[in-house]
Amino acid sequence: MARFLIVRLSLIVVTLLAVSIAIFTLIELVPGDAAQVMLGQQATPDNLRNLRAQMGLDRPPHIRYFDWITGAARGDLGESAKSRASISGIIGGRLANSALLAGLAFLIAVPLGLTIGVWVGTRADTKMDRFLTMGGLVTISLPEFVTGVVLILILSSTLKWLPSSSIMMPGESILGNPQVLIMPVLTVTGALFAYILRMARANVIEVMGSNYVRTAILKGLPMRTVIVRHAIPNALLPTITVIANNVGWMFGGLIIIENLFSYPGMGSLLISAINTRDIPLLQSTAMVIASVYAFSNLAADLAYGTLNPRVRLA
Amino acid sequence: MAVRDSALNTGQQQAPALFRAGQTVRDGLSLILRTNTGRIGFAIVAVHLALALAGPWIAPYPPTDYHLDARFSGPSSEYWLGTDEFGRDVLSRVLAGARSIIWISVIGTIFGVTLGTVVGVTSGYLGGKIDQFIMRIVDWFLAIPSLLLTILVINMASQRFSNIDHSWIIIFVIGISFMPNNSRVIRSAALAIKPLEFVQSARLRGEPTLYIMFREVLPNVFPVVAVEATIRLSFALLLTAGLGFLGLGVKPPEPDWGLMVSENADHLGTVPWAALAPGLAMASLVVGINLLADGIRQAQNLPETGE
Repeated sequence: MARFLIVRLSLIVVTLLAVSIAIFTLIELVPGDAAQVMLGQQATPDNLRNLRAQMGLDRPPHIRYFDWITGAARGDLGESAKSRASISGIIGGRLANSALLAGLAFLIAVPLGLTIGVWVGTRADTKMDRFLTMGGLVTISLPEFVTGVVLILILSSTLKWLPSSSIMMPGESILGNPQVLIMPVLTVTGALFAYILRMARANVIEVMGSNYVRTAILKGLPMRTVIVRHAIPNALLPTITVIANNVGWMFGGLIIIENLFSYPGMGSLLISAINTRDIPLLQSTAMVIASVYAFSNLAADLAYGTLNPRVRLA
Repeated sequence: MAVRDSALNTGQQQAPALFRAGQTVRDGLSLILRTNTGRIGFAIVAVHLALALAGPWIAPYPPTDYHLDARFSGPSSEYWLGTDEFGRDVLSRVLAGARSIIWISVIGTIFGVTLGTVVGVTSGYLGGKIDQFIMRIVDWFLAIPSLLLTILVINMASQRFSNIDHSWIIIFVIGISFMPNNSRVIRSAALAIKPLEFVQSARLRGEPTLYIMFREVLPNVFPVVAVEATIRLSFALLLTAGLGFLGLGVKPPEPDWGLMVSENADHLGTVPWAALAPGLAMASLVVGINLLADGIRQAQNLPETGE
């Protein structure tokens, strides 16, 4: 296990280096630089030259890349071109907020989706099953912003129970205002839950049709034992793989949901960095999102290895 | 992976019946219409296509016309779904928006699935070092969350190549972002076909590699390609609308469903239909396409457990 971890962690370092080069290049190719953004209207050629020299922007790209990435390794991401605030500081708070949103949604959706999915899976082709499968398909098909808009319309505009956005005053924290979490969490949970439900259901149905389950039933085991001891463990494995493989898809959903509710997380930071053309902030935000993604993939693989004896590594 | 393989075997057995020359369209249609799910999906998509095609003739107003005296008006006989903050007719904008989103998603999907199929068949059939090399590149692509990559590429391309029509940039980005996952699926389908007798006998006949790849292997992975393309199409619609919503898609004042939702989300209290109508249009279209995909999958007995 320790060896497996070391190999995977060093692979992540290599992957992240490649990703950082890709991100740096994609942002480097955008016309304009941080100096132009900072000076805005006052950008005379003289001012620009001075500021570039001062910020080290006149150095060749590979030197600047090296500077950025060694700084990042030490936890220093430089400062925002717009607000001049420390990027590490900005990202720290945002990252915690996003993790809270994703974590809560995961905690609700995974157990609920698995339980109900297994439950309807053992009752395939009943009315309940058809209702839930169809409902699940519709829920998955709803774009996040549509679910979100419907929630705002019901919970905020009509019932006036909740604020329509999660905008925080400076100094306020999400934990101090838990009501702003409700709609974003519900939106993320909705699609995730329906997706897990459908996967769990499909896998249970497939396993229930297999020879070894038929054998277990025919040798007279109680149905409960067949389902709990024989079917569920094998049905859950592919379900969990699929969930793990779709962590990236959830990241995309988060970006959109955070923007809809103006939720102060990484996704809304990314888009605001693009809109304000804050190049240093954009570069580091993108890199942090990609790193979290790489580590959540690793975590998913580890969870899978623990559950599946066949791929358990040393 | 065992699950995926069994999926391919079922698809592959049915392939020859499905793809006799000239019958493709009719067979495809009968495949879709064989299940209830497929029929409902087909009906929904057909209505959407008809409305998108007829849009310019049945829309009461041009989509970008301002009616400043009727800003924020609710549904009325004059404006069936009301107007937005500039007094633009919501119904006309929703109708016009269908065209751009369907066009971008369909072309983007075709581009991405073609690219993925060529890469997947090549990688799966040739195998060995080439296969390993191609799959490593695919792994690199998957190391970045796809929406993040999409956003960064669009941000770069829209500023650097500002003379190119923005919809082509979106189409290109959709295609590129679909390639990795798509080529993996097609590759494993091709791997299942490769050891079969008809492929091996073509090799022994001394057929050129390209001929075997595209005349022997490709037709037999086609059922998998068809299901992939349908699922990808709904992803493409969601992606296009998502980009529009984030302000990275079609530029204002053009009518785009995602953009319309974000423009009007702040006015839900006064004119709910302005955001709700494009949102529901979007949702119903994706539901329709997913039902279609589900119908094809059921009719072909491909299990849902793969992706």
